[in-house]
Amino acid sequence: MQTVKMVVTGPFAAGKTCFINSVSEIDVVSTERKISSEAERIKETTTVAMDFGRITVDDDLVLYIFGTPGQKRFDFMWEILSEGMLGFIVVVDSTRPETFREAKGILHTFRAYAPTPYVVAANKQYLPDAWTVDDLRIALKLDRNIKMLPCVATDKESVKGVLLELLYSILEEMKAG
Amino acid sequence: MALKGNLRDFSVAQLFNLINLARKTGTLTLEGPDQAAWVSFREGKLIYAQLGSEDGTLTGVLAKAGKLTPRQAKLIKTHAPDKSDQELGLMLINAGYLSQKEILASIRQYVLDIVFQLFTWTDGYFRFDGDVLPPDDRITIRIDLENIIIEGSRRVQELEQLREEIPNLDMALDFVDRPGANIRDVNLNVEEWKVVSYINPKNTIRQIAKANKMSELQIRRIVYGLLQAGLVEIVRPEGMPLPPQAQRIQPLDRQEGASLVNRLIQRIRSL
Repeated sequence: MQTVKMVVTGPFAAGKTCFINSVSEIDVVSTERKISSEAERIKETTTVAMDFGRITVDDDLVLYIFGTPGQKRFDFMWEILSEGMLGFIVVVDSTRPETFREAKGILHTFRAYAPTPYVVAANKQYLPDAWTVDDLRIALKLDRNIKMLPCVATDKESVKGVLLELLYSILEEMKAG
Repeated sequence: MALKGNLRDFSVAQLFNLINLARKTGTLTLEGPDQAAWVSFREGKLIYAQLGSEDGTLTGVLAKAGKLTPRQAKLIKTHAPDKSDQELGLMLINAGYLSQKEILASIRQYVLDIVFQLFTWTDGYFRFDGDVLPPDDRITIRIDLENIIIEGSRRVQELEQLREEIPNLDMALDFVDRPGANIRDVNLNVEEWKVVSYINPKNTIRQIAKANKMSELQIRRIVYGLLQAGLVEIVRPEGMPLPPQAQRIQPLDRQEGASLVNRLIQRIRSL
C-alpha cells in the first residue's frame, strides 16, 4: 500500500479543518481543543497538533490530507508535517486582512521546508467583506504562476477544485522535470 | 541579595521599569545569546552601558560616532594610553576639536544604541548589583528611563512583526530577475548598500548581518525594505540539504510519478 500526503496550511481560523472535512472519506481525525487565549477567541475550538483526512484511491494508493495547527505557538509541527508532502495548499480567510501577513510568513516557511508545488485557496469568497482574488494576490505578493483559487471550504465541489488544481500543478512540474 | 533571574520570565522592559520606579542605583548584567552587557543606573536614571568586548572608552565611542577617524583613534591610544576619559574629553574640548555637547551626544547615542539592542534579548540570565557603578574614569550621563522603555517596547513589537515577515535568518537572498527591478536605480543608504553588496544565494541573512556587524533588528529592517520594494527574494541557500523525507519522494521516476498523480486526479474528480 502506497500512501501520499498533501498538507493544508494557513493562518489561525482560515478554514483548514473545514476544508479537509469536505472531502475526507473518514471523519477528520481532529485534535481540536477549546481556545484559551482571548486574542484567538474568534472560534470555540482550534487544531493543536494536526488534523488528518483520508481519500482512498484504490487498493494500492491512499492520499492523506494533513491540516496544520494555525496558532503560531504550534509552528514546531509544521516542519514535521511538511516532510515528504506532494504539495500543499495555503488556505486564507479572504475576509480577514489582519491574517494576510501571517499567511505570507507561513507560505515562505513551507516553501523553505520543501520546494513542492502549492496553491493558495481564498476561502469565504461568498462573504461581502471578502477581498477579491486579484487583491489577495497583491497582498500576499504571489507570483503570477502560482494559482490563487476562490474557495468555499465547506463546499465539497469547491474543495475538489482546489485539490485538482494542485494536482495539475504537481503533474506539470513532473512533466517539466 | 542581588536581583536575578532569566529574561524569559522578566523582560528588559520590565527590569527597566522596576529600576525606574524603585529609583535604583547599580549595574544590571545581562547575558545574551552571544555576549554580555552591563547597564548602569543612578537613582533610576540610565548613566552608562557596555556591550561585550566593544571599546567603550571615549576614544572608541567617538570613533564609532565618526567624530574621530580610525587613524586619530589609534594615535590617541598610542600617545595618551593612560589618560582617563574625562582628561581626554577635556583635551579634545580645549584643543577646539570637539565641543562638550558633541562629546555628550556621542556618549548618549552610544549608550542608547546598546540599550535598545538589549530590548530584543528575550532569553538569558540577568543580575542587578546595587551600588556597583562604572569605573571612575568613564564619563557618565543621565537619561530618563520612561522614553527608553516606550521606544524599546516599540522596537520589540517591530522585531516581532519582522520575524513574522522573515521567519528564518538562515535563508539566503537573491536579486529578483524581472524588468524594471534594477537595484542601481534605487536610492539606498550606506547600511542598505552594505547588505546589498553581500546578496548572493551562498550567503545567509545571518551571515550578512555578521559580516556587517548588524543587530537582528537592523538586518531584518533592511531585508524587509528590500523585499517590500520587490528588489530581492528569499531563496534556499546553496548547499542547504532538503529535509530527509522531502527527498524521499524523488525516487519516483517521472512516469511513475505522473501515473500516481493521474490516479489521484481521477479519484478526486469522482468524489
